[in-house]
Amino acid sequence: METFIGKPVKRREDARFLKGAGRYTDDIKLPKMTHSAFVRSPYAHANIRSIDISEASKSEGVVAIYTGADSCGTFGVPCGWQVDFKNGETMREPLHPLLAKDKIKHVGEAVAIVIAETLEQARDAAELVQVDYESLPAVTDARKAMEPGAPLVHEDWPDNASFDWCIGNDRAAVEAALNSAHHVTEMEFRNQRLAPNAIEPRSYIADYDVNAGKWTLYTSTQNPHLIRLLLCAFVLGIPEHKVRVVSYDVGGGFGSKIYHYTEEALLTWASKEIGRPIKWTSDRTEAFLTDAHGRDHVVKSKMGFDKEGKIVAHLTDEYCAMGAYLSTFAPAVPTYLHGTLFQGVYTTPLIHLNVTAPFTHTVAVDAYRGAGRPEATYLLERIISKAAKEMDMDPAELRFKNFIPPFDGVNEPGYQTQVALQYDSGNYPEVLKRGLEMVGYQDFRKEQEAARKNGKLLGVGISTYIEGCGIAPSAVVGSLGARAGLYEVGAVRVQPTGKVSVFTGSHSHGQGHETVFAQFVADKLGIAMDDVEIEHGDTDQVAFGMGTYGSRSLSVGGSAIIKSVEKILEKGAKIAAHKLEAAEEDLEYAEGKWTVKGTDKSISFGDVSLTAYVPHDYPEGLEPGLDFSSFYDPTNFTYPFGTHIAVVEVDADTGKVTLKRFVACDDVGNVMNPMIVDGQIQGGVVQGVGQALLEEVVYDESGQMVSGSYMDYAMPRADDIPMIETDRTVTPCPHNPLGVKGAGEAGAIGSTPAVVNAVVDALAHLGVTDIQMPLTPQRVWKAMQN
Amino acid sequence: MIPAKFEYIKASSVGEAIDLLEKHGFDAKIVSGGHSLIPAMKLRLATPEVLIDIRGIAEINTITEEGNELVVGANCTHHELTINPLVKEHVNVLAQAAKCIGDIQVRNRGTLGGSLAHADPASDYPATVLACDATIVVQGKSGSRTIAATDFFQGLFTTALGEDEIITAVRFPKVTKGTYQKFFQSASRFAVVGVAAVKDGDGVKIGVTGVAGVPYRATVAENAYDGGSSCAVHAVDGVDDIMSDHFADEEYRSHLAKVYVKRALEAL
Ligand SMILES: Cc1cc2nc3c(=O)[nH]c(=O)nc-3n(C[C@H](O)[C@H](O)[C@H](O)COP(=O)(O)OP(=O)(O)OC[C@H]3O[C@@H](n4cnc5c(N)ncnc54)[C@H](O)[C@@H]3O)c2cc1C
Repeated sequence: METFIGKPVKRREDARFLKGAGRYTDDIKLPKMTHSAFVRSPYAHANIRSIDISEASKSEGVVAIYTGADSCGTFGVPCGWQVDFKNGETMREPLHPLLAKDKIKHVGEAVAIVIAETLEQARDAAELVQVDYESLPAVTDARKAMEPGAPLVHEDWPDNASFDWCIGNDRAAVEAALNSAHHVTEMEFRNQRLAPNAIEPRSYIADYDVNAGKWTLYTSTQNPHLIRLLLCAFVLGIPEHKVRVVSYDVGGGFGSKIYHYTEEALLTWASKEIGRPIKWTSDRTEAFLTDAHGRDHVVKSKMGFDKEGKIVAHLTDEYCAMGAYLSTFAPAVPTYLHGTLFQGVYTTPLIHLNVTAPFTHTVAVDAYRGAGRPEATYLLERIISKAAKEMDMDPAELRFKNFIPPFDGVNEPGYQTQVALQYDSGNYPEVLKRGLEMVGYQDFRKEQEAARKNGKLLGVGISTYIEGCGIAPSAVVGSLGARAGLYEVGAVRVQPTGKVSVFTGSHSHGQGHETVFAQFVADKLGIAMDDVEIEHGDTDQVAFGMGTYGSRSLSVGGSAIIKSVEKILEKGAKIAAHKLEAAEEDLEYAEGKWTVKGTDKSISFGDVSLTAYVPHDYPEGLEPGLDFSSFYDPTNFTYPFGTHIAVVEVDADTGKVTLKRFVACDDVGNVMNPMIVDGQIQGGVVQGVGQALLEEVVYDESGQMVSGSYMDYAMPRADDIPMIETDRTVTPCPHNPLGVKGAGEAGAIGSTPAVVNAVVDALAHLGVTDIQMPLTPQRVWKAMQN
Repeated sequence: MIPAKFEYIKASSVGEAIDLLEKHGFDAKIVSGGHSLIPAMKLRLATPEVLIDIRGIAEINTITEEGNELVVGANCTHHELTINPLVKEHVNVLAQAAKCIGDIQVRNRGTLGGSLAHADPASDYPATVLACDATIVVQGKSGSRTIAATDFFQGLFTTALGEDEIITAVRFPKVTKGTYQKFFQSASRFAVVGVAAVKDGDGVKIGVTGVAGVPYRATVAENAYDGGSSCAVHAVDGVDDIMSDHFADEEYRSHLAKVYVKRALEAL
């Protein structure tokens, strides 16, 4: 019997994607559908003196135009996470209006929506809306936003702070340990702001059915149920049972499509006003200006070491920009998704992180692939490598000295960190050992030495990361400020013929759920993969769901499905026992049939399924049917880890960095489909390399985005990246049924510091100790000059 | 990314195109490959009411040898210039520059005439056209005239082309040896610095694009040329409009210009 778990099964969904047959929101055309365009502010900070829609209203094909003066002007989208000030003051949470009414707070903020018969007409009319702005000074830098006298983003409060927060040991104790440390390494840098750049721009269609009194919202989202909940309960106050949210194929999200955006709510509202469906699809410029950005931390950090090189203390202060408003998960990113990873893979006994989260006149910042964890990893892995250089130690050796020793989480307990979490299982030295072997570390050092003599600049950079995935135990996150539970729902419906429909609240926007989920369901039921279909992305089909982010789909969503599979098998066994006239305890289930142990008497899964729906000869008191839905709430996060090693060459004349090799040895727990895991790692690595070398959202002093197109925002391309060499170790997660940890973000978390460490290593003999990301040729060259 | 409304007319001869230009005046724009104009229209940075498409005009789509010159029609695509045997034999530096432009889709559409008329300060051809001492052949209501490359580029997106004129061809004196060296901007992959160097007897002619608002001949470096590459230190001497952006400020751009002039001279 063919089994599927652990095999590189080709992705079922790829055929339709490759043939251009995917069903993206923008592909959907409804009868009587209208189109819309937004009028957006060209200023970062301005008073709106007046809006004149008279010309635009007369324009051909216009159906309606709404501004903040209409009744939609009172609605705002909520934030889903509350982080209060250290002194107890409540988090400052401004209304995030669907349309700006009096005041503009970032470039690209919408002031009007124009709805017309065609998209062209909507665009033409939008150009005719006259807005009189009074431009005001803006602040776009997180640290400057906290300086006295900085322009205020929200005038209700005396300064720009949204909240502040700290985690870890007592600050005074950490400072004392640093004061008496043998060596202290310091760093100051910016983890720069990134634009998520999913290939499919955000797209929505809101469709109010006048007769049924129901709404359907088609949206390119990573979590349709959450959008429905927020939209109904927190924005428009409309009944949730009358709203269906549908998210078919989604072309990438990287976090940016988790959040509930103003456009979704406004279209839903307006659709009822005009009694017709409305579509809006973001263009690339709007995507740069309005999709939630990632990162944007200003960091100041100190790490202390003893004589042997053991870390004794780590103290960090950060300013983490929130942007103009609080996006759905924004406050969680620089706090609970960030500070909780400050232990890294090291035994650091004293840790303190202090975060101030200011508003800035920029688009909101939220989770972007890795969310808080890449920022933590970047800091730890850079500062350790910098320390190694300062203490004249090998960076690999310094890491080996400080690793948490291996533990499996079963026989040895999980590792309790100084920053709230308990790691599940890990073997950190092993992945570094393997990584070093893969790259041929010792030989490379010789090659590097020889190359230097010929004026060739080679460098190697190591990063040994850990991340917290499988988000998240609801009670834990609830106590930390989450306004939602973070369980998942998985339903298994066995059809009378034994074919299986699986419904998951998890959502695929590139991950390959339709393949991987079918692989393990088929194996657990002992049936063919073709007999299993995975459904997701429709709130009318699936009871509930929390969606996909934080590398949670398999560990949380998959576990919910497993629970339902177990219930199916349990009930099936009762039916089988009845049919086989045997006791349930005497049955065993394998290869798609129940067999009476030690006999050849058996009944197939298909026959049991049919019996469940045609219950003529049936156990007394048992309900007909074979259909279960389960909620799974994890007991802990999962903790993937790994080693990434980059080899670079720097052009001595121009500062241009060429990535020569990239080695990744990751541990994501058990692997369901190695091809998909490799793909996730590789894609993540490319994104991480993008941050290290190329990508940066640049706002100028006035708050204009000067990197708002692909002419100015550099994305990594195929020829920037060498073949990525992947390998892995397997340390199963001890607390979920599949033993999986998650692979979606690892690549983007481990890779960035590896690349920067490599470049700094290449230039170390010139006295270069740090370079600000992205390491553009200009920055590298300038670093070499000083 | 939806352009404003426009009317589209396909011209079948240069004469017809010029008549149409005169008729529609300011409201009209020539379109050839569309790979600079259409993106600008989609962003509504350009909103012509009439597009006159010259892409189908065969008479300006030819490459011919005329004595010591190669006459390259304005309509020739970048791709054509990378593969044409006459170009490779006589003005190989042009083929090299064409090869550095965009990707294959762009090279299959974009044209020599369109690129020169557009005069993007970061575009690749100007360095080559300058280094070759090429002449731009243009045609308007009052007939045909030629403009020396050194007179053609006048500013950011500004040329000596008259409002009613169309570029019909570029005349390249044959080159014994030439090279084009480019430092790619990492996002757009246009030239941060593009240097064309062409042998000129014992001397050298050096065209530089990307560095200044107007592409230029590095004459100070040319005059100091001694057969080696040390004159590259003069790559930006006398240039006062050096560009600056978040990829390359004035200091770094000037440095790169020197590096790339040096590399070009070494590759000669
Ligand atoms: C993705 C992308 C990447 C690119 N990368 C590069 C690069 O690396 N290097 C580079 O140099 N360029 C690059 N380009 C620009 C490309 O080379 C354009 O094709 C070229 O600049 C314009 O030529 P065209 O034929 O497409 O002109 P069009 O876009 O049709 O026209 C451009 C302008 O020239 C005018 N015009 C066109 N033909 C004539 C003519 N015969 N006479 C008078 N006026 C005319 C038009 O009215 C218009 O104002 C890139 C473009 C894209 C889209």
